[in-house]
Amino acid sequence: MYSHKKCIAMLLAGGQGSRLKALTTKVAKPAVSFGSKYRIIDFTLSNCSNSDIDTVGVLTQYQPLILNEYIGNGQPWDLDRLYGGVHVLPPYQAKDRMEWYKGTANAIYQNIPFIENYHPDHVLILSGDHIYKMDYQKMLEEHINNDADCTIAVRTVPIEEASRFGIMNTDDNNRIIEFEEKPAHPKSNKASMGIYIFKTDKLFEYLRKDAMDEKSSNDFGKNIIPTMLNEGMKMIAYPFEGYWKDVGTISSLWEANQDLLGNEPNFDIYDTNWKIYSRNNAASPAYFAPKCELHNSLVATGSKIYGTIINSVIGKNVTIEEGAIVRDSVIFSDTVIGKNSVVEYSIIDENVKIGAKCKIGLAKEEGKEITVIGRNVKIKNSTTVDAGANLEEEM
Amino acid sequence: MSNVAAIIFSSIHNETIDELTRKRTSASIPFGARYRLIDFTLSNFLYADITDIGILTQKNYQSLMDHVGSGKDWDLSRKNGGLIIFPPFSSHRSDFLYENRFEALQSVSGYITKAKVDYFVLTDSDSVNIVDYNDVLKKHKESGADITLVYKTLNVTSDLYHNLSLNVNSEGIVEKINLHSKPGSKANVHLNITVISKSLLVSLLSDALVTGAKSFTQDVIYGNYKSLKMYGYNYDKIYLKMSSMANYFKANMLLLDEKVRNELFGDEERKIYTKVRDSAPTRYGDNAKVENCFIADGCIIEGQVINSIIFRGVKIAKGAVVKNSILMQDTIVENKVTLDHVVTDKNVTIRENNNLSGCEEVPYYLGKYQTV
Repeated sequence: MYSHKKCIAMLLAGGQGSRLKALTTKVAKPAVSFGSKYRIIDFTLSNCSNSDIDTVGVLTQYQPLILNEYIGNGQPWDLDRLYGGVHVLPPYQAKDRMEWYKGTANAIYQNIPFIENYHPDHVLILSGDHIYKMDYQKMLEEHINNDADCTIAVRTVPIEEASRFGIMNTDDNNRIIEFEEKPAHPKSNKASMGIYIFKTDKLFEYLRKDAMDEKSSNDFGKNIIPTMLNEGMKMIAYPFEGYWKDVGTISSLWEANQDLLGNEPNFDIYDTNWKIYSRNNAASPAYFAPKCELHNSLVATGSKIYGTIINSVIGKNVTIEEGAIVRDSVIFSDTVIGKNSVVEYSIIDENVKIGAKCKIGLAKEEGKEITVIGRNVKIKNSTTVDAGANLEEEM
Repeated sequence: MSNVAAIIFSSIHNETIDELTRKRTSASIPFGARYRLIDFTLSNFLYADITDIGILTQKNYQSLMDHVGSGKDWDLSRKNGGLIIFPPFSSHRSDFLYENRFEALQSVSGYITKAKVDYFVLTDSDSVNIVDYNDVLKKHKESGADITLVYKTLNVTSDLYHNLSLNVNSEGIVEKINLHSKPGSKANVHLNITVISKSLLVSLLSDALVTGAKSFTQDVIYGNYKSLKMYGYNYDKIYLKMSSMANYFKANMLLLDEKVRNELFGDEERKIYTKVRDSAPTRYGDNAKVENCFIADGCIIEGQVINSIIFRGVKIAKGAVVKNSILMQDTIVENKVTLDHVVTDKNVTIRENNNLSGCEEVPYYLGKYQTV
């Protein structure tokens, strides 16, 4: 496999993720913390590694510094390879053009030379903001067996929610006959997961056509897929059953974190046959003080727990001081919750310092929005942060 | 590059803590919920920018090889220097494995001669300490000594009998070396951490061939203290020697003391690296009760855990009670089990309805892969 690859992956990680509010002010969405010790992109990169996809181009654009450093040479995901491996691909200046990535398709179009390096037969297109475990090799097998020009992973959604998604209408053999983006009256409940495998030549053909079309918004869902369908390409839906979550909003990010909790979590991260890899930094084990209390929670290494944690996900090197209560919340790494402070139904970003006797958010039962506190924010003693607040600055 | 290389004797003390070293070297004894003893030794070297490190092995070194691998988790997989493991080597004339530090050093004399450094640090890996090698090297150079011996003033316990003890003057110069440390006395006990220039080490090794020296400690250090200038470096920080099940147990339990934890882990600059296992974060169930515990990643805790050290991948079922215990990697504790003063080695399973207890001096120990 040193002259060509069967399949390489292109991972779209450039979106701003503005619906994650303060969490993406300073980092790209795929670099946002998740599940106490991970970042969102770990799940897709681990899927690649576990699926024997050893060449991954990561397309970055918005706030790439933390993401770039995090990915590094790809060693934590076993993606540091002699031929292939993980490569971060920011937009670049060429002799005849200099532009940002204009859309998902344009981002791939601008990196056709990267793909050509590996002479792949197929190209897998992925998003960097989904939480799921999927064997891409199985999808690739289906794609090859069907001799499809493009295979699109779909999952079944409740029909009443189907109008929020890109819906695939298929025949009995899973061949896609119609694609509707957010239809008012959905005819099927097969929603696109934004995971595509293309035959490389077809992908290049349609990307080049699309690039010539000035009216196109250069997007896979809006332009490439509909055009290919119109022109009679063989497009196959690949049904995926299993946990999948787009964590593009504060509430879905919160829910996905909650899905790791419980005696039978909705999403299992303890499967030793499908490990989720992440970049580790040397932290000591977690310490739990004699008077701490914890119920139904995740706690990562390096944390020191003196207070109470209920239904919450706690990151690395977090300190929960005496008398503090954290309930129904997600706390990212290196954050301190001061003495006797109460954090309810909130997401607190990395390296936040909350003083003593603060009151952050309101109990979930109150039915208010999730409270969000951004990276590096310091909150003085005895401060109240209203439910649903989105704090990016000191208070 | 620091101009210093290190050699670690990984298995000199294997016999002293029989249960834990039956299937591993003393350097790979698990400690503190996610570490092996060698992690502390290696991390001390990293902190001093010493990245040229050789590990001498003798027996049972598979677990050590598995743990350190290429050294990349310690950032020691390097083009220049980095980590090298020396498998046991017997000369073409004999089939015997080396017996002591001296023979071990002779087996790697080629490595020592070729190393592009001026100094060597020689150390055992049978304790947890935070020796600052930058400072040791600085004092070694300032004192103009031929050999620097790191010591700690200790109330000597019987397990330290074989260590040298030093009489040191106010300048730190060693005036007299005693071959043993007398149990019950207070003495400056050599911690088997030695700094020596490369040229002197090479010449001592070759001289010894002529003089018939057999032991590094006895013949090379003790035998030469009158003719060579030796400096005693007084190390006064944490030193936890693992030489018996009783002191292994106590040393682990000391981690529940905030002062000890801060000394070992509190310094942001001095990180303790270990093998990356990619464990998921630990999940605590609805009925979990955790008090005064040190817990690694990858566990699922649904029962009660009190005053305990819990390694990676341990599962404690709802209804189980674990007190004053050390549960190593991947131990499984089922429903209605009570443990008190128990040490489980890797991959132990304790089935339903078992009550096991030991005491502080004699913890109840279960060996690797045992099922109760």
